[in-house]
Amino acid sequence: MSATAAHFRLPSLSWRFASVWSRNFRVWRKLALPSLLGNLADPMIYLLGLGYGLGALVKTVDGVPYVHFLAAGMVCFSCMNTASFETLYSAFSRMHVQRTWEGLMNAPLALDDIVLAEMVWAASKAALSGTAILLVVALFGFTASPLALGVVPLIFLIGLTFAAMGLVVTALAPNYDFFMYYFTLFITPMALLSGVFFPLDQLPAALQIGAQLLPLAHAIAIARPLMLGELPTAVLPHLAVLAAYAAVGFWLAVSLTRRRLLK
Amino acid sequence: MAAARPGANPPLQISHLIKRYGAQTVVDDLSLSVAPGECFALLGPNGAGKTTTLRCALGLTTPDAGQITLCGEPVPARAREARMRVGVVPQFDNLDPDFTCAENLSVFARYFGLTPADMHTRTPALLAFAGLETKASARIQDLSGGMKRRLTLARALVNQPELLILDEPSTGLDPQARHLIWRRLKQLVAEGTSVLLTTHFMDEAERLAHRLAIMDNGRILAMGSPREVIAAHIEPHVVEVYGDWPEGMAGWARAHGERLSVRCELSGDTAFCYVNDAKPLLDQLAQQHTLRYLHRPANLEDVFLKLTGRDLRD
Repeated sequence: MSATAAHFRLPSLSWRFASVWSRNFRVWRKLALPSLLGNLADPMIYLLGLGYGLGALVKTVDGVPYVHFLAAGMVCFSCMNTASFETLYSAFSRMHVQRTWEGLMNAPLALDDIVLAEMVWAASKAALSGTAILLVVALFGFTASPLALGVVPLIFLIGLTFAAMGLVVTALAPNYDFFMYYFTLFITPMALLSGVFFPLDQLPAALQIGAQLLPLAHAIAIARPLMLGELPTAVLPHLAVLAAYAAVGFWLAVSLTRRRLLK
Repeated sequence: MAAARPGANPPLQISHLIKRYGAQTVVDDLSLSVAPGECFALLGPNGAGKTTTLRCALGLTTPDAGQITLCGEPVPARAREARMRVGVVPQFDNLDPDFTCAENLSVFARYFGLTPADMHTRTPALLAFAGLETKASARIQDLSGGMKRRLTLARALVNQPELLILDEPSTGLDPQARHLIWRRLKQLVAEGTSVLLTTHFMDEAERLAHRLAIMDNGRILAMGSPREVIAAHIEPHVVEVYGDWPEGMAGWARAHGERLSVRCELSGDTAFCYVNDAKPLLDQLAQQHTLRYLHRPANLEDVFLKLTGRDLRD
């Protein structure tokens, strides 16, 4: 087997990732409150600012107050951001700057365990902050349906999806500046084309079709009806798109990280 | 000085290891074995292939050819299992800056499947071994370079390894910190831990190692106990000569140095004369009042420079 083929073999999944996950959790716990407040502040500023400011002009979207419409978008958007920041800046620090991964690889862990741990951890952090946002949104009365609870497991899946994609970028990154490209060329357009701020049917037809390729659009297609108290349709295809991005992203992230570190 | 226990399996055996990066062969048909209870030093200039050899031994990169057995396991096939019984002190500190000293040990222990209960008594013992009893709650940023290296050493011992691998353990340390590391390594070897270290400090190898190998360009050039290596590769006496001579030291070397020594090498303003019998040379030097000299037994550094040359490695 050539070196390249060996690097691109399927990842091995093992519970060993739990010890690395718990390392990241222990670090997070030390600064849990400021971290959660930080993760809450950004989406809440957007939600209240746009929700009330723009909401005064727009009033309602699809028959609901604009701020209620925006709430589901913000939960998914912030979940994407949390998982992306964790797997880009924080994971890159641990891999490249602090050499934490090097220490882990000298222990009886495989690189696959480390990348899996980073993905699950970033999804966990997204779920923690996403749930907090959901709670605050509910306290403001922007969502009232018990169906909104269904968003909690969805948040974790969104976290896995964007963590996997973030780890692909991290595996290729020469330095922190590289991440600007990912945010500017991928994350920001995704937010604008996935129905975070306005319904997708406002877009030209071609862009609407293109939006179907974006994982965030599929996340919002499930989260928004749930938070507005309706049952979403075509749940399985939407989940399948998210899961596919997560699975392919994880395989690619593990492969590229192997190529980078096990040379 | 046989500390090796006969009969037990060697913790590390490397035979005919080859590792290439593109067209460059970084490790070229290297074979070595660390005996149980032995301290083995791998010496070489920068870029000789020392670190790559260690990475291969730990299964962190796949060799192009050769067999490696680490703690009884084939590497890289079962490298992860082998690493259960190995401790590693890397060349660059990778302590976890998000944790205190004590937490660094307990978090690392979890990667080996050790529980907080296992570490309850072990963490204070390891901190004491590293001379960091009072630093249990200190942050990593507040430690000196020597303290960090000692903590890294303590961390490498959480799993009570059979083999301890250290990549340039004393690079960047002051003499006090270096001597403390040496004392600790001697203590570990005395307690039966096998040690493989890389270094480019000759005195480190001479003091610590039962056996050593000098390598360059991926190949082993000499191997044996420090005394054996010195005896086999170089004349027993060295006379270093420097001072004023009409045509400079090069002129003195041509006039007398080359005539009175087996080999006479110029390095800057000093002539290094390697001799089996120093008397004729010393008699000659006694008549030269403008020259100064130092007569000493040959050491490992002389062998190292003879085998790897005096050119700078950048």
